[in-house]
Amino acid sequence: MKEAAAAATVCTVRGLVKTYPAARGRRGAPGTAAVRASDGIDLQVRRGEIFGLLGPNGAGKSTLVRQLTGLLRPDEGSVELLGHDLVRHPERAARLVGYLGQESTALDELTVSLAAETTGRLRGLGLRAARAERDAVLEELGLTDLAGRALKKLSGGQRRLACFAAALVGDRPVLVLDEPTAGMDPVARRAVWAAVDRRRAERGATVLLVTHNVIEAETVLDRVAVLERGRIIACDTPAGLKELVGDEVRVELVWRDEAPLHVPEVAALRDAAHPAGRRWTLRLAPAEARAAVAAVTGGPAFAALDDFTLTTPSLEDVYLALGGRADGLVKA
Amino acid sequence: MSAVSAEAVSGAVRTGSDSRPRSGGEDAAPLAPRAKLLPALAAVYRAQLSRAKVARIPLLFVATFQSVGIMIMMRGVVDGGDEARAVVAGSSVLVVAFVALNLLAQYFGQLRAGGGLDHYATLPVPPAAVVLGAAGAYASFTVPGTAVTAVVGSVLFKLPMGHLWVLAAVVPLSGAALAGLGAALGLLAPRQELATLGGQLGMSAALLLGVLPAAHMPAPIAYARDLLPSTYGVEALARTFDASPDWAVVAADLGVCAAVGVVSLAAATWAYRRAAVR
Repeated sequence: MKEAAAAATVCTVRGLVKTYPAARGRRGAPGTAAVRASDGIDLQVRRGEIFGLLGPNGAGKSTLVRQLTGLLRPDEGSVELLGHDLVRHPERAARLVGYLGQESTALDELTVSLAAETTGRLRGLGLRAARAERDAVLEELGLTDLAGRALKKLSGGQRRLACFAAALVGDRPVLVLDEPTAGMDPVARRAVWAAVDRRRAERGATVLLVTHNVIEAETVLDRVAVLERGRIIACDTPAGLKELVGDEVRVELVWRDEAPLHVPEVAALRDAAHPAGRRWTLRLAPAEARAAVAAVTGGPAFAALDDFTLTTPSLEDVYLALGGRADGLVKA
Repeated sequence: MSAVSAEAVSGAVRTGSDSRPRSGGEDAAPLAPRAKLLPALAAVYRAQLSRAKVARIPLLFVATFQSVGIMIMMRGVVDGGDEARAVVAGSSVLVVAFVALNLLAQYFGQLRAGGGLDHYATLPVPPAAVVLGAAGAYASFTVPGTAVTAVVGSVLFKLPMGHLWVLAAVVPLSGAALAGLGAALGLLAPRQELATLGGQLGMSAALLLGVLPAAHMPAPIAYARDLLPSTYGVEALARTFDASPDWAVVAADLGVCAAVGVVSLAAATWAYRRAAVR
């Protein structure tokens, strides 16, 4: 019975509300209005899945994650993690969750090796166990050569990887990773996802991931919750979410300079386009997309065209279709 | 915090129903053990000490040069006796104030402003281990500078060095008092700049009220001097330049440092808890 329960839900969030109070303006700086950073969030994360929170900056991802790790008390609602009430006992989160936050201030002046070892010791490991795990994790992530360097002296991506290493020392059933691959090169990213997958396959770890990278979200996540202004506007598998936009195709047109609006075919596309500088993004039915591409590549518009792409829908399109502001999402 | 203490003490995985959280129901997962106070303190201490190599050595030089420079300047004004002792003792303890009070206040202010406290707050580590580990490390940074200053001062003012071993008590005790104050300032200040400002002011007070001979001070300033915990470290050290010091008074002075240390470190631990969970 216990196993059946464990197989189901790891984390249940109900009616979570967190409002940041209005800040009074100081000299020269205007005040800010109160922000409802979590606005009635309901969420279920299942055991062994990689669950993502996707949204642009300011959507409330980090605020939500901070409430799931006991760093922030919600104003209302409940958070249950592995059977523990984290609103009543926020301190228990530290004994259930390995957390990678966005900041590395606490570790910056330590060497990679000492950062990982100290974190392991503070996670309750003995000296020998902490060192053994440190060596194993640094090896796993390809950080052994950098072990003696201070985090401060590393590049942004390497530093992030070192912080990720520290987050892995001292086994936890749940990993909460706030933009773990920010600033990383592809090699480091692969090391991160391989390490995450290994923990899921071998130990049944559950991973809660914050990202604003749509490509990563599509390739890595089992399920994704899309956040917008403190609310979850959709929650499904990446494929399930994409079905929301049906078989629409995304057309991107990049003009050399101004869009040639004197060409009637181009002028006709204008209303459907989201312009961003020289770049137009359109979501069209396949037949319309073919016609549009034929129009801009065949006629007089071609002289003004710098580049064009035709792609199947991504989570970004889903995000736009759901009414989100996609400006903050990253596509790399 | 105390609801799960049964596990924390044994460090073992949950076995009995007594440690099962009331809110969690039957299938609550076992909690990983907490880090115990002393090993966690040792780990924080070691990590903090290692930071000295990266970032703090230049500042330790500054602290020492500042104190030696002050003594050289005072050499022209003071020619011996009680005043010389006060200058040497004050300059030595000033190194402690510079590092333990000023730099630690800045460190915690910066850690809090930069989100660095989250790292500790998401680890099952007792707050006291973080505060005491950092305070202990900063107090340790001051040892070489304080010793160098005391020896140079004794040579400069021709004071006996026979009782300088008392530094072994003066540095940790005034270090505890000032580091506790520094940590509390850094963690309580609503903004990072205010933490820095508080640390700087505290150090300036230790400089002015500790180094200048007390006999010439107007009454209100003398009271302020009595309120400053570093004063008792200065007095204890100054008394030991006597040929036969009154050890009871020295012990009483150091006792004040110890008491202030306990209170200020407790306050800093409380401030840490408050700052870590918002």
